[in-house]
Amino acid sequence: MTDSSKNPPLLSVQGLVKEFHMRSQRGGRRKRVVQAVTNVSFEVARGETLGLVGESGSGKTTVGRCVLRLIEPTSGTVTFEGRDLAHVDVEEMRNLRRKMQIVFQDPYASLDPKMTVGASIAEPLVVQGVPGNHEEKVVSLLELVGLAADHARRFPHEFSGGQRQRIGVARALALDPALIVLDEPVSALDVSIQAGVVNLFADLQARLGMSYVFIAHDLSVVRHIADRVAVMYLGKIMEIGPAEQVYEHPTHPYTKALLSAVPVPNPRVERQRSRIMLEGDVPSPVNPPSGCRFRTRCWKATELCATVEPVLEMRATGQLSACHHPEA
Amino acid sequence: MSAPVLEIRDLTVTFTTPLGPLAAVRGIDLDVRAGEMLAVVGESGSGKSVSFLAAMGLLPKTATITGSVLLDGRQLVGASSKELRAVRGQLMSMIFQDPLSALNPVHRVGDQIAEMLQAHQKLSDKAAKARSVDLLEIVGIPQSGDRALQYPHEFSGGMRQRVVIAIAIANSPKVLIADEPTTALDVTVQAQILEVIQKVQKQFGTAVVLITHDLGVVARVCERVNVMYAGRVVERAEIGDIFDAPSHPYTRGLLASLPQAGVERLSPIAGFPPNMLRPPAGCAFRARCPHAVAECGETLPTLRQIGASHSACIRAEEVLTSS
Ligand SMILES: Nc1ncnc2c1ncn2[C@@H]1O[C@H](COP(=O)(O)OP(=O)(O)OP(=O)(O)O)[C@@H](O)[C@H]1O
Ligand SMILES: Nc1ncnc2c1ncn2[C@@H]1O[C@H](COP(=O)(O)OP(=O)(O)OP(=O)(O)O)[C@@H](O)[C@H]1O
Ligand code: SF4
Ligand SMILES: [Mg+2]
Ligand SMILES: [Mg+2]
Repeated sequence: MTDSSKNPPLLSVQGLVKEFHMRSQRGGRRKRVVQAVTNVSFEVARGETLGLVGESGSGKTTVGRCVLRLIEPTSGTVTFEGRDLAHVDVEEMRNLRRKMQIVFQDPYASLDPKMTVGASIAEPLVVQGVPGNHEEKVVSLLELVGLAADHARRFPHEFSGGQRQRIGVARALALDPALIVLDEPVSALDVSIQAGVVNLFADLQARLGMSYVFIAHDLSVVRHIADRVAVMYLGKIMEIGPAEQVYEHPTHPYTKALLSAVPVPNPRVERQRSRIMLEGDVPSPVNPPSGCRFRTRCWKATELCATVEPVLEMRATGQLSACHHPEA
Repeated sequence: MSAPVLEIRDLTVTFTTPLGPLAAVRGIDLDVRAGEMLAVVGESGSGKSVSFLAAMGLLPKTATITGSVLLDGRQLVGASSKELRAVRGQLMSMIFQDPLSALNPVHRVGDQIAEMLQAHQKLSDKAAKARSVDLLEIVGIPQSGDRALQYPHEFSGGMRQRVVIAIAIANSPKVLIADEPTTALDVTVQAQILEVIQKVQKQFGTAVVLITHDLGVVARVCERVNVMYAGRVVERAEIGDIFDAPSHPYTRGLLASLPQAGVERLSPIAGFPPNMLRPPAGCAFRARCPHAVAECGETLPTLRQIGASHSACIRAEEVLTSS
């Protein structure tokens, strides 16, 4: 983890748990509890990008929403700028909230079609009660994300997917956040357009110094943008550490399998690669496996894996992983 | 080189829309050879799905189709809906991104496979049932006998896509069109489904058309590639040439925009695709193209041979030699 003695992290998440209680499907009285996030801890330094990867349902979005307190965690603490978000008053929460923003996957759904782009971008300023005329600010935000001043008067349907995502980013930037959670921010975009938006994130960070939690399915995009990566599986972090180490020397079998499943756009390399084929699908988060949650699909699993839950341990290559039989 | 089983010639598809005619497919030539794994890639909205929906006779009445689609010598453009029904599932099948849309939620999956079998073959119920269990086994569903009795909602996303493949290949079609079959799946499940599709291709000699955005997937399983842009095929090449020596600027731009280890800054393609309600004159990529010259706006470029590949760029020679 980052050296917190010298430089306290911007965000610190400790022992985060989020359970969803749902009525049983057949209308019975037994409630089902979805363990969406179980005992997740990580830190994000100022100006740093943490990538959050893992298969569908692994809890990435839930972590992001808990961090922003869009949903209440079941337990655990989220500390932002040194303050425990569970113990701040309404006024302070309001202040902290403007420093944390989120950008969603779907640029189509996240903008109000009836509002001009300018009004959409100014909305957070209005909601936060920032005084004054926001026109100038809106223009500077549009220019910051690579759009033009006269785009402010137009409506979302007049823009392409990549442009709409830029509008969403401009809106998130309106309140000068210190942290932006980017939840699959380029997944809905064409490859040729994705690259421009990814560059935009990098440029903005270089200029403004904010931190990102970058959630994505696309492991190659995460590798490109993240300083550190956390790999989630069924609500838990399996491995976390510097991006280069996690990608080059994965120590958790799941990380290894995940990376080996991602096709490389180079036929020579791709056809020579050995692949680890995982059997079956991810088990249900309502009833996760005992011990290690990955054991039902793991080729290294032993009796120990079924009985004792592995904890995150530091490996020689500099990352933490939770496995009884780590890769060397 | 095996002969084409599906021959598409000068296919156009135009939709009647409230805003006027939309030229979705603007004259494509494309061959699918028997038993091959062919990739169709390209920008969103470039006409990949519409081209093959047209071939399958699955487009709404608002679509006007011209040109020729020969499947094993039969003309499909202008064929009656009865003829097309006989072809679908028998000679050519299509699967999609969302397996649920292809499955009937209230029928057991085994019955759905049996129904497809009996629609095209004279089979007793018993034989159809036994064959559907075999098919589930072929696509890698364990305990296929028990699973045949279950309903789609009892299957995971990956397992549903396997069921859809089982239905699609039930009658051993000559061509399987797979339109983004793994886009909605996790990578570990995607790897499994790609293996199933490859197994079908190899074991039964089914030609597969794989429509995808993912050039990594193309690199993994395909032999030849057609690249589409704005309703046209702009490049056609063997897999190695597409990646090593792309001869159309769009293909080059697409490859350059991918994140690569060691590359600090990504290179997007500038601008956006044209509005197909008003397609530009000449090459549709011109406004985004770093190689464009005035001549590019004059005539619609057609595919021509460049080395071992085909490119629809009038400057393909320069493109190939530029760094
Ligand atoms: N509001 C909710 N009620 C019940 N269960 C939920 C709720 N939100 C999420 N879940 C469940 O919690 C688990 C984690 O979901 P989450 O959306 O965080 O996953 P994710 O990693 O973001 O997945 P994806 O990659 O598909 O976006 C899943 O099993 C999901 O079904
Ligand atoms: N039923 C329809 N009516 C009108 N226009 C349509 C219809 N279906 C498709 N189109 C239009 O035809 C064009 C080609 O669409 P198509 O679905 O073939 O694109 P695609 O290449 O498959 O894209 P994607 O990668 O996003 O799936 C697009 O402009 C699309 O909006
Ligand atoms: S703890 Fe066991 S089951 Fe879990 S990943 Fe390691 S070897 Fe596999
Ligand atoms: Mg999510
Ligand atoms: Mg499509």
